[in-house]
Amino acid sequence: MQAKPFMNPYFAGFLLGLVLLTTIYITGRGLGASGGTKSVVTALVKTISPSHYANTAYYQHSEAEHPGNPLKSWLLFEIVGVFIGAFISGVISDRVSLNLEKGNGVGNSTRIIAAIAGGLLFGIGSQLGRGCTSGSALSGMAVMSFGGIITMLAIFGSAYMLAYFFRKLWINN
Amino acid sequence: MGPLVPDIISNEFNLIVALLVGIAFGFVLEQAGFSTTKKLVGLFYGYDFTVLKVFFTAGITAMIGVVLLAHFGQLDLDLIYVNPTFLRSAIIGGAIMGAGFIVGGFCPGTSICALATGKIDAFWFIAGSFVGIFIFMEFYPSFENFYLADNRGNLRMDKYFGMSKELFAIGLTAIAIAAFYFTQKIENKLHGVKPVYPKQKIIKYSVFAAIPFVIILFIAFTPSSRQRILQKAEKNKNLKIAEEITADKLAIELVNNYYKINLIDLRSPSVFNEYHLPLAINIPLDSLLNREWKSYFTQKYKTNIFYADTATTTHKAFFIAKKIGDADTYILVESTAQFKNLILNNEPLPLSASKNEQQLHQYRTEIAHTIL
Repeated sequence: MQAKPFMNPYFAGFLLGLVLLTTIYITGRGLGASGGTKSVVTALVKTISPSHYANTAYYQHSEAEHPGNPLKSWLLFEIVGVFIGAFISGVISDRVSLNLEKGNGVGNSTRIIAAIAGGLLFGIGSQLGRGCTSGSALSGMAVMSFGGIITMLAIFGSAYMLAYFFRKLWINN
Repeated sequence: MGPLVPDIISNEFNLIVALLVGIAFGFVLEQAGFSTTKKLVGLFYGYDFTVLKVFFTAGITAMIGVVLLAHFGQLDLDLIYVNPTFLRSAIIGGAIMGAGFIVGGFCPGTSICALATGKIDAFWFIAGSFVGIFIFMEFYPSFENFYLADNRGNLRMDKYFGMSKELFAIGLTAIAIAAFYFTQKIENKLHGVKPVYPKQKIIKYSVFAAIPFVIILFIAFTPSSRQRILQKAEKNKNLKIAEEITADKLAIELVNNYYKINLIDLRSPSVFNEYHLPLAINIPLDSLLNREWKSYFTQKYKTNIFYADTATTTHKAFFIAKKIGDADTYILVESTAQFKNLILNNEPLPLSASKNEQQLHQYRTEIAHTIL
């Protein structure tokens, strides 16, 4: 089946803005993504090695801030929602299929290694930047946060500066 | 009035809100095309600026919405979370994320969408981000100094530039629209398209582009609901609509019914701390409309009694309190100093005083004795 075309980007942006606005109106905070991943990692460490968890300052620090089960986190519930919402959207528009997307002329293993490396960088960067593209940049813009907008400029600025060096991953020239 | 958590929506139910909000978030991201690296990375090679269009439109929509809701008194900006600025880690963290974006092709939110639609590369990206976060948490002590350096607090853009929120909103909207215009030109050039724009389409897009400016100008040039109440209070400050209570009556209340009244000092905290009447709490006139005091003016159990140094202050406060709620409210006829002199520092009477005056004096002295 032919996948349906994507939504008009301005309309999609408007809807996304309304979702963000609703979130701020209800909860007083914006959206996020990397925070949800962080809860899962914290929970994994706690389950796999409780003694290490108890002896590492950072986990104890976050435990003190958010006592109880790390999986009972707002952002994790939100991320589960994102997965469900994206799946529903994909099914409606016939875009769900198992495949490895990559630039032409890139091998599968190269793409997988680059994806892991990219994720790793994003993981570290999102912790330093106190949020990722959603939590820091987008939500920051909605509340005119100085740090959020600086982080946004840094994300896109650095990606543009590095784009040339990684062009072979994505485009054919 | 928002935010609804925790007063109207409990923290537990908030997790359900998170799930629902997430579903909407994911749905829109996927519909916009954010579940494929081809569209995401297109931004950095100039062949597809969808990310910029969606991202900027969303940010501007939410930003203007926040200011608009606050303007109508529907959202308390003091209670909204503004992510704190730690300048060094914000810049370096952002730069590292940018590298992650161009190497991995996703950001965390979009990688979840891509995984939901079956992209295997997104699975590996997410696996990588697990490792990245794990590394950060494990080696946090070595990041810590850098992570906490150059703390600027919950700094907002408008405050940083010393401009109003409305002016910043106009500036950012103008930048966004200019960016939409020029990136479309770049995109067309790269794809070798020479698009023809029918007049109708130009009009449609111009109208859409004008809407945010109209809203911001409306906000800038009309008084907010808070300002409107204050203006009306200012106008009505000489109307004697307030219910009044005399110093002697207040003194009786303080002795016998102190548990049934809220004695509210409207003066500034510094003056309040210097001297205030017994049992009084301090709510400066300026902050009467703040949400933390709302319950005082909407409850039905206690009588609020205002006092200050001038009659206009108490009359304004009475007007404002009645706008907030219908709690029983009185104003003290006398000023702070008058009450103090009359009741608490009761001067000895001259010998020529009448019997009535002597009785009153005796009575006031007893009361002062009880209160103090």
